[in-house]
Amino acid sequence: MALLEVEGLTIGIGRFTPVQEIGFSLDRGAVLGLVGESGSGKSLTAMALMGLLPLIRGEVRAGSIVFDGVELANRPAELHRRLRGRRIALVTQNPMTSLDPIRTVGTQIDEVSRLHGGLDGRAAKARSLDLMEAMRIPRAAVVHGQYPHQLSGGMKQRIVIAMALAGDPDLLVADEPTTALDVTVQAQIVRLMVDLVKARGLALVLITHDMGVVAQACDRVVVLYAGRIAEAGPVESIFAAPHHPYTRALIGCIPVEGQARGTLIGIPGQVPGLTDYPAHCRFAPRCPAASARCRAEAPAPATIGASRVACFHPLGRGA
Amino acid sequence: MLGYFVRRLIMLLPVFLAMSAIVFLIVHLVPGDPIDHMLQIGASAERRQELAAKFGLDRPLVVQYALWLKAALTGDLGEAIILKQPVVDLILANLPYSLALGLSALLFSTVVGVSVGAAAAYFAGSWFDRVVMAGILMGSMLPSFWLGLLMILIFAVELGLFPVSGARSWDALVLPVLTVGIGGVALIARVTRAAFVEVAQQDFVTLLHAKGLTRRRIFFRHLVRHALMPVVTILGLKVGWILGGAVTVEYVFARPGLGSLLITSLGQRDYPVVQGCLLMLGMGVMLGTLVGDLAQAAMDPRVRDRMS
Ligand SMILES: Nc1ncnc2c1ncn2[C@@H]1O[C@H](COP(=O)(O)OP(=O)(O)OP(=O)(O)O)[C@@H](O)[C@H]1O
Ligand SMILES: [Mg+2]
Repeated sequence: MALLEVEGLTIGIGRFTPVQEIGFSLDRGAVLGLVGESGSGKSLTAMALMGLLPLIRGEVRAGSIVFDGVELANRPAELHRRLRGRRIALVTQNPMTSLDPIRTVGTQIDEVSRLHGGLDGRAAKARSLDLMEAMRIPRAAVVHGQYPHQLSGGMKQRIVIAMALAGDPDLLVADEPTTALDVTVQAQIVRLMVDLVKARGLALVLITHDMGVVAQACDRVVVLYAGRIAEAGPVESIFAAPHHPYTRALIGCIPVEGQARGTLIGIPGQVPGLTDYPAHCRFAPRCPAASARCRAEAPAPATIGASRVACFHPLGRGA
Repeated sequence: MLGYFVRRLIMLLPVFLAMSAIVFLIVHLVPGDPIDHMLQIGASAERRQELAAKFGLDRPLVVQYALWLKAALTGDLGEAIILKQPVVDLILANLPYSLALGLSALLFSTVVGVSVGAAAAYFAGSWFDRVVMAGILMGSMLPSFWLGLLMILIFAVELGLFPVSGARSWDALVLPVLTVGIGGVALIARVTRAAFVEVAQQDFVTLLHAKGLTRRRIFFRHLVRHALMPVVTILGLKVGWILGGAVTVEYVFARPGLGSLLITSLGQRDYPVVQGCLLMLGMGVMLGTLVGDLAQAAMDPRVRDRMS
């Protein structure tokens, strides 16, 4: 059985339903990519996996999140909290703001192993230094006593990842861990994370809007569009033969250096806002292949080869 | 940190000069002068001249200011014209009463204000929060002299719980402290609540939750340190406001203190005393700001780094 099984996940915030019926599964030692443009529901999915939706007044409206055989969706908050940090850890997007500015980065890492590993101050610090070195942080002993504003973005993100690893989790959820960083640093961090997955048998949900990162790091990929799955499958087959027009467009415009995040040069138009999700296929307004049917009903995901595709006119089938 | 402290002190020098000049000028721009109070009705112009010369009031303002400041820097604030005592003695005799009132009020506002604000923030959005915040809004609108009179009426006259006035025993301090402090409680509770709510929305708090910390621990161990920073800033800025409140409240409760001394001397145009009192109050404000800034630097490494 997979470590993480998500099925029919539907997330609501107030009267909106920004994420609808998302599903995927993930094994230990594997990397799952969650891609999509800005607003497609990636971060909300991450928050749901972490059990942190209540922080933004969101909730799981339907579906299930089964982690290591235990259902987490709509169970007591305390159940999820006990897993956080210890078995499921989070890396957030913006290292500039994800550390407490008035505590040294070292104490922020120590805190996790003190809390979950029951280590005393000295042992926790030794462990943090090990983790920092594993994250290739030079002069770890010095950095341990520094404050976030004294470090570069890349260093801070390494700290955040070390912090996530400190509880020795089984599942790591990384929400655009490299988006805020320089391109050169981006590749290093992604490589580090993939190495960690392989070395420690971690499972990684890697959220990104960059198909280049997916190609570099992931085993499987779920492509989201406006809160729904457009296409999901193994990375090789999706890159070799994308079936959804949106996937193909994403692959066709792997962002190059300097391009604003979340923009897709190759696809005219933009993701519809929450308030005006069409009842039919959500991609239809931007789709070159859209037909009358696409503007009348929403396609259900169907299996094509190794992938699941939600499209009436999938590519590569001669349709 | 020491370098920062010294730099802050040096920065206060021009502030001190400006403050002392304003204190001096304000006093001399108020219509009327102390000679009027000393002269008997029908006294001659020569007698007036004589008195003015005796107290140096006939010299140019600039000269008077320079002489006053020079003496003040050596700890001599002159001789009270009406009360006929060294001003320093008058101030020293009254200062302990004002300090007792001011510091107690400050402590009371801070402890109660922070607790109330934190409780409201912890239960933000609940009926408890709403009731507390409504009460605080009302508390912040009441003028302190009116509140003082009301409390005298209820607790001292009607219920006889506390003395009506004076400063003979500790319980005489209760009503004045409440009177000065309630406005402070309201202000600090509001600032505290807003600070908690604001910091709770920052990104790093999401990660604290993601670490598996309980909400209570995040609130009381982590958020609290951030929420106290604006409170400290406000306290530093509002020391003057609290001292000012103490001034009128002392008068209402007929307590000795710098405020009572100031108001009495103001009525008699006893310039040296008024100047001395205002100078003390001004220095109190400066000290408050300095302490506030230092506390800020102690709490926030970013401030420390920016300053050194
Ligand atoms: N707290 C919130 N309240 C209301 N709507 C929200 C909230 N958070 C997210 N949304 C909405 O839900 C949708 C999905 O948001 P989400 O943050 O998951 O997108 P994303 O895929 O992570 O985008 P990005 O690439 O910009 O991070 C968006 O339309 C967003 O406006
Ligand atoms: Mg996001």
